[in-house]
Amino acid sequence: MSEGSPYSLSISAKVNYPGFSLDIDQSIELGGVTGLFGPSGGGKSTLLRIIAGFERNVTGAVGFSGSTWQDSATNTFVPAHRRPVGFVFQDSRLFPHLNVAGNLRYARERGVSSGQEIGFAEVVASLDLEPLLEKEVNVLSGGERQRVAIGRTLLAQPELLLLDEPLAALDVGRKSEILPYIEALPKRFGIPAIFVSHAVNEMARLADNVVVLEAGRVTATGSASGILSREELQLSSLPFEAVTILEVRVKEHLADLRLTRVEHRGQNMTVPSIEGAQGGDTVRLSVRSGDVVLATHEPQGISVRNVLRGTLLDILPLTDSAFATVSVDVDGTHLKAQLTRHAIAELGLEPGAQVFALIKTASFDRSV
Amino acid sequence: MTDLGPLWLSLALAGVTTGILLLVGTPLAWWLSGTNSRFKPAIEAITALPLVLPPTVLGFYFLIALGPASPIGAFWLRVTGDALTFSFSGLVVASVFYSLPFMVQPLQNAFESIGRGPLEAAASLRASPLDAFFSVVVPLSGRGFITAAVLSFAHTIGEFGVVLMVGGNIPGKTRVISIAIYEHVETLNYAEAHFLSALLLVSAFLVLLFVYTLRRGGRVNV
Repeated sequence: MSEGSPYSLSISAKVNYPGFSLDIDQSIELGGVTGLFGPSGGGKSTLLRIIAGFERNVTGAVGFSGSTWQDSATNTFVPAHRRPVGFVFQDSRLFPHLNVAGNLRYARERGVSSGQEIGFAEVVASLDLEPLLEKEVNVLSGGERQRVAIGRTLLAQPELLLLDEPLAALDVGRKSEILPYIEALPKRFGIPAIFVSHAVNEMARLADNVVVLEAGRVTATGSASGILSREELQLSSLPFEAVTILEVRVKEHLADLRLTRVEHRGQNMTVPSIEGAQGGDTVRLSVRSGDVVLATHEPQGISVRNVLRGTLLDILPLTDSAFATVSVDVDGTHLKAQLTRHAIAELGLEPGAQVFALIKTASFDRSV
Repeated sequence: MTDLGPLWLSLALAGVTTGILLLVGTPLAWWLSGTNSRFKPAIEAITALPLVLPPTVLGFYFLIALGPASPIGAFWLRVTGDALTFSFSGLVVASVFYSLPFMVQPLQNAFESIGRGPLEAAASLRASPLDAFFSVVVPLSGRGFITAAVLSFAHTIGEFGVVLMVGGNIPGKTRVISIAIYEHVETLNYAEAHFLSALLLVSAFLVLLFVYTLRRGGRVNV
């Protein structure tokens, strides 16, 4: 999804705090949403704060598309307010002395656009802020606060959007309420974004590329599908269940059944209604490997609606575990299934075998 | 008829002092609230000195520092033609120092309670530090400013020792209300002393009542 972006970010940074160190030397091609993924305390937020210009005591350098933002060697430091960076904080940080419209205007009055200006009306419309404009910020729900915060950030006309776990402080219902807005941002406003989270499902839903950060070191980089399916984890030791990202095309909505019929490279599936998607749209679905069942014959008379035909690629036993991760080539997508080694042996599964992957419709629930 | 001249003089002194303190104390409090400088404890201690020193000690040093024999006093005499001691200007200089902690400490507390969060948010929205100070910090510190100004004003009204040492008792120039009360008592003119004392007592209570009501009020839009 990341077309050749004109933006790139280079960071070499060493930070040493008591009990925490960060040591990074990384160049990131920006385009769409880059996910910064890893466990809490791994340095994701610190890295984001360095990019934004909130951390002065860093040994190293930060460069953005040819300009140097900071370099400890030459004592260069572009202060945060001169960097074309928008920052969405976990705790939103709306100004309590201004109402919603006041917060938005604060940003619009100060934003300097380098190219096409992001308009007030456009931001209000795309984040559904109209009903909130005259409200005081302390009466907003958590999800509303974050929508206002995102809108405010956009109006400052950033060239790079940094989102620091914007969903972390929200409960489950609020997360699904705000996700579609974040999902639509890069396409609608054409601004590359870096999205920080420790949640696999948020990464699967939002990120195009993923940088894995553990204990202050980058342990893997790659496409979201490669990282989350655990195919490109390299040095990472992150314990999470492999997730397959399926890019599907929307065919039709079955309104009365509250389902949407989609197509994955010629094979049909039905999933719970995908709000807001039109016929022909490409949508990303994610499936956890534990939700995938394999069969050697096309099953009959079962409730599972989604059966994908594929070829077994390889079997990767998990150390000290009853399970193994099985890769199935489904028309070019490497679908991961987590099976017991016992089942694999009994079914006689081997690379090259024709298999049917069964996925319950409920496992496609896009709420997080 | 009671001579209210000392009252007006006290109000003028407190007004001018509070005005100067707002200009001087605000940047000082802002610096103290954000700095990691190793000089911070020393500056804080100097700022707090008037809270613990007997006013006569402060007044004594001011008398020497502002006197015509000192560089400051001599400079002032050359520029303005007047001595700094035993003058209204001298009272203002002494009062600014004497009331400094009452301006700086509430402001510093207000600034520190805002924290880095709103400032980082403002910076990420392209507000320069000065812009962020006036557009975010000042509006969020409204109660701190009111508390600081009211306390500085009231404390200046109430000062006695410093004023007596630096200014003496010159009607119309340095005879402020507290000095006038002292004089009335010395001359056994208790009626006048009662009147002015009661005036101060009631107004001081009202001022403090206002400040504490403001503090209790939680999030008040001021």
